[in-house]
Amino acid sequence: MSKFRTGTNPKYFHKSQIKFYIILAPIVVFSLLPILFIIFHAFKPINELFLYPPRFFPRKFSLDSFIELFNFTSSSNVPVSRYLINSIVAAIIAVIATRWIALFAAYALSKKNFKAKQIIFTINNLALMFVPTAVVIPRYFVIQGLGLLDTFSINFLTVIAAPVVVFLLKQFIDQVPDEIIDAARIDGAGDFQLVRKIIAPMVAPAMATVGILTFQTVWNSTEAGVYYINNENLRTFSFLISSLTSSTGNTLLGQGMAAAGSLLIFIPNLVIFIFMQSKVMNTMAYSGLK
Amino acid sequence: MRKSRSHWVMLAPYLTLFALFIALPVGIAIFQSFTYFNTIQPPRFIGVQNYISLFTRDEIFMQKVLPNTIKFSLIVGVGGYLLSFILAWLVAQLTTIPRTIIALIIYSPSLTAGTTMSVLWKVIFSGDQNGYLNSILLNLGFISKPIQWLQSPDYLLNIMIIVSLWGSMGIGFLAMLAGLLNIDESFYEAARIDGVKNRLQEIIYVTIPLMRPQMLFGAVMSIVYTFTSAGIGVALTDSNPTPEYAGQLITNHIDDYAFSRYEMGYVAALSVFLLVIIWIASRLAWRIFGERD
Repeated sequence: MSKFRTGTNPKYFHKSQIKFYIILAPIVVFSLLPILFIIFHAFKPINELFLYPPRFFPRKFSLDSFIELFNFTSSSNVPVSRYLINSIVAAIIAVIATRWIALFAAYALSKKNFKAKQIIFTINNLALMFVPTAVVIPRYFVIQGLGLLDTFSINFLTVIAAPVVVFLLKQFIDQVPDEIIDAARIDGAGDFQLVRKIIAPMVAPAMATVGILTFQTVWNSTEAGVYYINNENLRTFSFLISSLTSSTGNTLLGQGMAAAGSLLIFIPNLVIFIFMQSKVMNTMAYSGLK
Repeated sequence: MRKSRSHWVMLAPYLTLFALFIALPVGIAIFQSFTYFNTIQPPRFIGVQNYISLFTRDEIFMQKVLPNTIKFSLIVGVGGYLLSFILAWLVAQLTTIPRTIIALIIYSPSLTAGTTMSVLWKVIFSGDQNGYLNSILLNLGFISKPIQWLQSPDYLLNIMIIVSLWGSMGIGFLAMLAGLLNIDESFYEAARIDGVKNRLQEIIYVTIPLMRPQMLFGAVMSIVYTFTSAGIGVALTDSNPTPEYAGQLITNHIDDYAFSRYEMGYVAALSVFLLVIIWIASRLAWRIFGERD
C-alpha cells in the first residue's frame, strides 16, 4: 500500500508531501500579501505613501502614521484615545457577559430536562444563520423603543445575543458525563455553583474560544457606530478607522493613518488567536451540526 | 427530585437578548413588509403590495441587484465553502508545525475587519497610476493607461468577490480542519481493506461522511459570512448606490431604500426576501449534510 504512505495528519515529513506545499504556496502568498501590505504601508514615512511608482517595501521605517493617527482629532474634537478606550471597554464587557450568559443558557439546554428545551435548541440552531445586516432597520426600531440609541451599552448588547456561542458551548457541555454532575449535586452543589465550579473549568477551551470570537466581533464591529450612535464620544475605534477616509474626504490623506489603524485592529486579534489556537481547534472539533 | 425552575433563570438573560435583538427585529420586518411606512406617519396596511412591487416594478432589483447577489453568493458562498474544505484538506496532509503556520496564514485575513480593510483595498485598486495594481500592470506593459478598477462596472463585482474570498477562510475553515484531524486513522485503514483505491475515493467515501457535522457547520458559517460581507461594494466605492449598480447587493439595496428614500415597508419586504434566501440556502446545506434517518 505504498501510495498511502502519507495520510491525513502525518507524523513525519515525507517527500510525497511536497506536492501539497506546492499547491498551497500560491494560496499562502495570496493570503499573506495584503497583510504584509498593511504592515509595510503603516510604517512608511508620509512622503513614501505617495511615491510614484508605489513601492511595496518602505525605504525607511517610520512611526509617522501612528503619530499622525493619535494626534488626529475628529471634527467634534474627540481624541483617538477615546475611541480606543471605548473599544477596549466594550470588548471586555462583551467577552465577560457573553461567556457567562451563554454558559448558563448552554448548561440549561444541555443538562436540564424541561418541555421547551428541544424547541429552544431548534430555534437557536435556526438562528445560527441569522445575518444582522438583513434586519438592521427593524433592529434600529427596537433599540429606539428601548431608549438605547446613543448609549454606550449598544456597542456590546447586540453582540451578546450570539446563537453560535450558545451552540458551541452546548456541544461541549454535552461531553461532560452526567455522573460528575450527579456527584456534585449529592455534595450539595446548587445549579449556579455547579456551573461556576464544575462546568466552567471543564469546558475551559470552549470558554476561551467563545471569548476570542466575541472579542473579534466587538473589536471589528462598526454596526453600532454606523447605525445606533451619533455621539462621537461613544463610538469605537473600528468605526473611526473605517470612517477615516470618508471624513477627510481624501483617500490619500487618510491612507497612512488607515493603515496604522487597520494594523492596530488586526494585531490584537492575531496575537490572541496565536496564543489560544490549540483551544480553538479543540473547540472546533465539537462544532459539528447534526 | 424536587421540581426546579432554575433552568428558566439560567436561560432568561440569553433568551431576553435573543428575543430583543434577533426574534423581534425579524418579527417587525415581517409585519412592516405588509405596510406602507415612511417613518413619519404610522404604518398603513397594504397587504402584499410591497412584494408585488419587488418582483414587478423594481427594475433595478430584477436587473442588477438580484443577478449581482446570485453571482456574489454562488462564488463567495458556494465557491468559498468548497475552497475552505479543499484548503483544510490540503493543510491537514502536512506535519504539525508547518500545518499550524500555514493554517494561521490562511485564517488570518478573516481576522481583519472587513470594512476597515477596504481603505487599503482602495489603495491597491486605486484608479490612477499610483494604484498598486495599475502601477504593476503599467510597468509590465499589460495596459497603456490606468484602469478605474473600482468605478468601472466591468470590474467592481469581481473585485468584491476576490476581496471577500480572501477573507472567507474563517471559523468554518477551522471547524473543517479540526474535523479532518479528528478522524481516527483506523477508519482509513478499514476503508483500504474494503477496497478504497485512491485519495479522492478516500475523501468521498470516508472523510466527508465522517465529518458531516463539521461540513454542515462550515456551510452555515459560509452562508452567514457571504451575506454579512455584502457591504463591501459600498465600502470600496464610497457610494450607495454603487456605480451603475454594478456592485449593488440586496443588503446595499436595503440601506439605499432605508436611508435615502425612507420606504421602510419596502425595506422590510427586501429584508424578509433576504432572510428567506438565507433560510433556503441553509435548508439545502442541511439536506446535503444533515443526519440521514
